[in-house]
Amino acid sequence: MKTGEEVNEMEIDASKLTHKELNDAIRNCVLEGAERIILRNVYGQRYIGTRLYSPNPDNKVEIEIFGTPGNDLGAFLNGHRIIVHGNAQDGVGNTMDDGEIMVEGRAGDIVGMSMRGGKIFIRDSVGYRAAMHMKGYSGKKPVLVIGGTAQDFLGEYMAGGIVILLGLGNVSHKANFIGTGMHGGVIYIRGEVEKYQLGKEVGVLKLEDKDEEILEKYVREFTNYFDLGISQKEILSEEFIKLLPVSKRPYGRVYAY
Amino acid sequence: MQSYLLPEFEVERKEEKCIRCQVCVRQCAFETHRYDEELDRMFSDVEKCVGCQRCVVFCPTNALSVRPNPSAYKLNYSWTDERISDLTKQAETGGVILTGGGNDKPYRVYFDHLVLNASQVTNPSIDPLREPMELRTFLGCKPDTLALESWSELGDVEIRTAMPPNVMIETPILFTAMSYGAISYQAFKSLAIAASEYGTLFNTGEGGLPKELRAKYGRNAIVQCASGRFGVDAEYLNCAAVVEIKIGQGAKPGIGGHLPGEKVSCSIAETRMIPEGTDALSPAPQHDIYSIEDLSTLIYALKEATNYEKPVSVKIAAVHNSAAIASGMVRAGADIIALDGLRGGTGAAPKIIRDNVGIPIELAIASVDQRLREEGIRNRCSIIAAGGIRCSADVIKAIALGADAVYIGTAALVAMGCTLCQKCYTGKCNWGICTQDPYLAKRINPDIASRRLVNLLRGWSLEMKEMLGGMGINAIESLRGNRDHLRGVGLEEWELDVLGVKGAGE
Repeated sequence: MKTGEEVNEMEIDASKLTHKELNDAIRNCVLEGAERIILRNVYGQRYIGTRLYSPNPDNKVEIEIFGTPGNDLGAFLNGHRIIVHGNAQDGVGNTMDDGEIMVEGRAGDIVGMSMRGGKIFIRDSVGYRAAMHMKGYSGKKPVLVIGGTAQDFLGEYMAGGIVILLGLGNVSHKANFIGTGMHGGVIYIRGEVEKYQLGKEVGVLKLEDKDEEILEKYVREFTNYFDLGISQKEILSEEFIKLLPVSKRPYGRVYAY
Repeated sequence: MQSYLLPEFEVERKEEKCIRCQVCVRQCAFETHRYDEELDRMFSDVEKCVGCQRCVVFCPTNALSVRPNPSAYKLNYSWTDERISDLTKQAETGGVILTGGGNDKPYRVYFDHLVLNASQVTNPSIDPLREPMELRTFLGCKPDTLALESWSELGDVEIRTAMPPNVMIETPILFTAMSYGAISYQAFKSLAIAASEYGTLFNTGEGGLPKELRAKYGRNAIVQCASGRFGVDAEYLNCAAVVEIKIGQGAKPGIGGHLPGEKVSCSIAETRMIPEGTDALSPAPQHDIYSIEDLSTLIYALKEATNYEKPVSVKIAAVHNSAAIASGMVRAGADIIALDGLRGGTGAAPKIIRDNVGIPIELAIASVDQRLREEGIRNRCSIIAAGGIRCSADVIKAIALGADAVYIGTAALVAMGCTLCQKCYTGKCNWGICTQDPYLAKRINPDIASRRLVNLLRGWSLEMKEMLGGMGINAIESLRGNRDHLRGVGLEEWELDVLGVKGAGE
């Protein structure tokens, strides 16, 4: 472990560590007061960032990952910041509470599953069931921005939060069942989506001023994080559609009382 | 549409006793009773009555009685009254029939076909009133072997093996998962108080744990992480004694749940972390678990999130392949396996599922315990059995079949006043248990209801000590999986086989 100068920075070589050993080491760094932790040679270790609940409650750390983190990156994340220089696997930000995750690449299935706070930015595309059952309440409004496209069941059961699908790099959206079972939150999609690709619980609406503001804000953040070769303005110049649930109670009429 | 339904109950009011005090009117949230001022008479709309007996108990002059409606269709063993009224209801609504409580169909209750042993002549029985009797139970994974080191000439030894986290309970009875949302805040808090007073655990279900209860009752809580992930955050997981992954529930194996939006009040929305007034939808599967390997991923995610300090439980409904699934669960890292049987209760489930899916808990305990023993991994987990535990003898029999402890749900609700009217899903519980209506919920006073629950735990524990003493056993541990103390009465060969017990007289 090396210590940096301006911020208290520590470095861990993950190449010979199991996930438990790596997370032990990260936890120890935080207990020792690290503000920034650099992980080198990460090769599939799971749960990075998960074990950082309150070893030092005031200390929110930044974790920079070189390599490929394993499943459940930042699961139950509690306000830290994770940057991945590479791709991520399944379960990024699973049940995340607060914090930020940036992935300079693609991510696997169930990105942001059940997250209820914080932000996730994925530069490229994601797998199935992204934003599955994402929620929000009182002050919490989770945000997921995906640069490319997503596969089926994007925003399934979504109960709150914001999902933005940018469709950069001329990808076409092929996902089906988008927003199926959705009963809260909003999905913005740039690029074309046919009616048959949508779940029957969502409706397509035109953007209003407040939507433009939301998009402007998060697309700016997105373009600031990643070197995309396309500006915020260029991204926003193309048309977006907005998906909203048609009911807060999609299954209210299924039962006989 | 004119309803063809027959009223389920008949209300009889003895006019000479009735003093028109209207207590019955105020007690019934289903609006069965009403007072006509002009006529100075009480009327009852029997078709609204659910048979919960609240008005009968609270009538100060005992003027009321509520009994099953004597009107009946022509007797038919195939097309019973229940079948006909369900058909009628569906013809009138086109919906899935909901119900509450546990399976009430006449499936064989194996507990009632098992008898216990007692010491006679050849070994002495023990009197628990005067001799030590141990009900204390430890839940969690136990190591395969113990490395001991002797450190003094007096023979003191120290355990060198790293012990996995275990939770100690004073009696092998825990309160099963009943969420804030399914039950009222008052009922939820009553369970929390009782568990902490008696030294056992309550289970939050998947509705979260209100923040103000965490510091005081967290250490007696099993917190659930279920498919909806409601109310799950790092503080919630870390304040608890045990974290439980809910895969399934005995009353509704394989399906999800919907807490209707009208029940999602401000406080429930806050606790579940969802917007007020939206349906709280629990998907049928956990979408990060499609296999044993995925289950392992979540088990270890929870262990990571709690710094490996807490046992992780996995709860499944008892189904056909429970034994094989349980083996996979243990190998995936579960420290506790909770099995919920066919008769397990619920706040709301489709009746067709509740009454037809799953297997009786007695058979599941026996087959899971047997399988884990055969594979040499029984020590790696504790087994909690749930679903139809009605009395202390059921607890003893469940433990003799192989469980470490039991969950009670319905029994605890009955202790608080529930009369099993099965209308939990309406949110109008007259007993203040299964409702979010503040007027009804305040009928439960947590100080009094928790006293009733503690009394129940105490009564059962005393009875269990008597039964253990009678068998000549002085610690509940010695009974676990000790099927020699059971004999079957009136069971078929295959049933005795699965239960691993001999027939009575053998």
